[in-house]
Amino acid sequence: MTALNIKKGTSRKSAYDLRRSRESDTETHTLSILVDNEAGVLARVVGLFSGRGYNIESLAVTEVDHTGHLSRITVVTTGRAHVIEQIKAQLDRLIPVHQVVDLTVEGQSIERELALLKVGSGESGAAEALLVAEEFGATQIESNPDVIVLELTGTVRQIDRFADRLLDCGLIEIARTGVVGIRVKE
Amino acid sequence: MIPLSLEGLCFSEMMLGHVVMEELMSGAEIVLKALEEQGVEVVFGYPGGAVLPIYDEIDQNNRIHHVLVRHEQGAVHAAEGYARSTGKPGVVLVTSGPGATNSVTGLTDALMDSIPIVLISGQVPTFMIGNDAFQEADTVGITRPCTKHNWLVKDTDLLADTVHQAFHIATTGRPGPVLVDVPKDVQFAEGTYHPPSDSHKKRYRPNLRGGAEEIGQLAEWIETAAKPIIYSGGGVINSGPRASELLRNLAEETGFPITSTLMGLGAYPASGDKWLGMLGMHGSYEANLAMHGCDLMINVGARFDDRITGRIKDFSPNSRKVHIDVDRSSINKAILVDLPILGDVTDVLGQLLDKWRNRGSKTNSDGVRSWWRQIDEWRSIDCFSYANSKKIIKPQHALERLEALTAGRDRYITTEVGQHQMWAAQYLKFEEPNRWMTSGGLGTMGYGLPASIGVQIAHPEALVINIAGEASWLMNMQEMCTAIQENLPVKQFILNNEYLGMVRQWQELLHEKRYSNSWCAALPDFVKLAESFGCLGVRVSDPADLDGAILEMLEYDGPVIMDCRVDKFESCFPMIPSGEPHNKMLLGPSRDQAGIGADGAVLV
Ligand SMILES: Cc1ncc(C[n+]2csc(CCOP(=O)(O)OP(=O)(O)O)c2C)c(N)n1
Ligand SMILES: [Mg+2]
Repeated sequence: MTALNIKKGTSRKSAYDLRRSRESDTETHTLSILVDNEAGVLARVVGLFSGRGYNIESLAVTEVDHTGHLSRITVVTTGRAHVIEQIKAQLDRLIPVHQVVDLTVEGQSIERELALLKVGSGESGAAEALLVAEEFGATQIESNPDVIVLELTGTVRQIDRFADRLLDCGLIEIARTGVVGIRVKE
Repeated sequence: MIPLSLEGLCFSEMMLGHVVMEELMSGAEIVLKALEEQGVEVVFGYPGGAVLPIYDEIDQNNRIHHVLVRHEQGAVHAAEGYARSTGKPGVVLVTSGPGATNSVTGLTDALMDSIPIVLISGQVPTFMIGNDAFQEADTVGITRPCTKHNWLVKDTDLLADTVHQAFHIATTGRPGPVLVDVPKDVQFAEGTYHPPSDSHKKRYRPNLRGGAEEIGQLAEWIETAAKPIIYSGGGVINSGPRASELLRNLAEETGFPITSTLMGLGAYPASGDKWLGMLGMHGSYEANLAMHGCDLMINVGARFDDRITGRIKDFSPNSRKVHIDVDRSSINKAILVDLPILGDVTDVLGQLLDKWRNRGSKTNSDGVRSWWRQIDEWRSIDCFSYANSKKIIKPQHALERLEALTAGRDRYITTEVGQHQMWAAQYLKFEEPNRWMTSGGLGTMGYGLPASIGVQIAHPEALVINIAGEASWLMNMQEMCTAIQENLPVKQFILNNEYLGMVRQWQELLHEKRYSNSWCAALPDFVKLAESFGCLGVRVSDPADLDGAILEMLEYDGPVIMDCRVDKFESCFPMIPSGEPHNKMLLGPSRDQAGIGADGAVLV
């Protein structure tokens, strides 16, 4: 297995970046969207972002209510304040969307992401990786003659930093869930 | 509750003596029954393998009139014409694959102009979906971005509910097109029919009443404004005839000047003395200058389209802007407003008039009087005047004569897209809502002929005229067969300039008269074409014969194709060049000399 080909400190940029963003007044918002879990609902939401040139920095989705068949989609997006307002209004207009909460501005919320990181066991870096894992509070969830897998739940920045450190330890692959968040105060 | 089956009938709901009969029937029967219960009288469609069961039902059921179009795009535009001229949803039926893809332009058109359309498409059987079956297309995938909502129905038991919901969503809030994709096995299978009920409305319930506080604020601003203007749009028409009445009341009682977008023509009568004419890129001088100079702008059901605003940063710089709209995403999209009022135009205008009257029906009458003096000065420019000719028919003159010879008649106008469309908006006078059907948002050439068919179906006795350009008209001319088959006396008034005139005009202005591919060097003989279709063809090229030709067209009892040869090089003025503010208007060749800046050239 070959080491992951990413550079240290690579900036996070979305493939949907059609608009000239990254201007000084660009904001990052986390939207929590409750939708009917029906065929095509994700395509509707994602298609709205791509079709109107909005950004998706991160996306997480799964069914959260198995009886009412509701899914929660968490999107991290960037844009100017009025674009963010447009995104929310446009989402609200989709028929299967029940609720759109902007976790960034409505009340207080916490956000987390989970990452699985694979490091080659053979490499000398594996021992080093375990030390870094301890420092970050990550757990080892797999160990075999070829690889070890570390799991870390944390903020996006913590995971970025953790992955950055593991690059020197023979990091092979990363899988991340994307951010999920929940409101703690209305 | 367990449904109790009884010889094909089952009673699944018995509450408080209220018995809802739910019958077992085939999916195709369910579709027809649901349409009937939704009050559908006409369906525009075209058959094919994947909808044959439904067509078989249409044959059995003779209560729904099916209009056989000649292209599925035509079916959607005809349904749009029907919908716009009646306020009822237009219904379309097409087959899978090419039938569905052919309807995409129509659906997009209806989405842009907020027209309620319910389209039912056939689909390959559920067990073949995904296998690249014959005439399979991912119809819900393709039409997701061009419908308000769409469904693939995989279970016959869900069919009735889905169709009822489709009607509710198409017609409620901001109207729009919806699509129900029905696989062929679902049409054949038996399932339970459910009648329409309130539960279909649960999922989608847009807010219709405006906020009391916002309405109070607007009433206050109406009392103090010195330079007010009402800017109304297609939302007034969509909200229903009562909205137009209330809009008229507002203009008359306040004495405020009123302008309208292309889509809103007729909501306030062109003969009304508060009328400033249409605004926007080819709107009147006085309407655009009043928009630029006003201190209070009341947007009623319009959406600050780029054809209206011109350069955003110079748009009406000194005004308070109020926006009444039923669609939250329209508010603050293009222009940030000072006072958004989310609600249906009828509700909000009713609330506003009540509030303002209760406060004593006050306005700043001195201010408004001098504002009118200013507007009258702008009006005296007479921006729609043009140099007429005795040798060649000017398109403006042709429309003025058509107006004069049809005024007062029960008249509906549709248009194609181009210069002729703008001239029609400028020179024809609309006194009532729902009389003007045009493709505004998408600008679809080929809209007008099928739309005229839809209008005539809805209003068999009325005079229906499609104002066309020769190039647009050719795009859906196959629909003449539909008109003949249905016996519809639609009048096709073609302003033939042998050019993609609007393209030529832009090339003249922006590309130094390099008329790249805008001349139609080959055109059919429209009179012979008319004969071959089996209708009347009339050609006129001498201004002296114009009235006679128009009268011949009007008096003929049947469809007419009129080839009205007009000046090939006439341009449509006034014009606000793209990327310029309202007060940088071009009035015409003889009156000013100005060009479009490089920034404007990238805008279309
Ligand atoms: C389907 C489609 N293709 C292209 C255009 C671009 N377009 C806008 S107006 C126009 C020319 C229309 O010519 P014609 O129908 O003869 O009308 P005229 O402008 O000459 O009155 C064209 C090509 C369009 N609006 N719609
Ligand atoms: Mg032409």
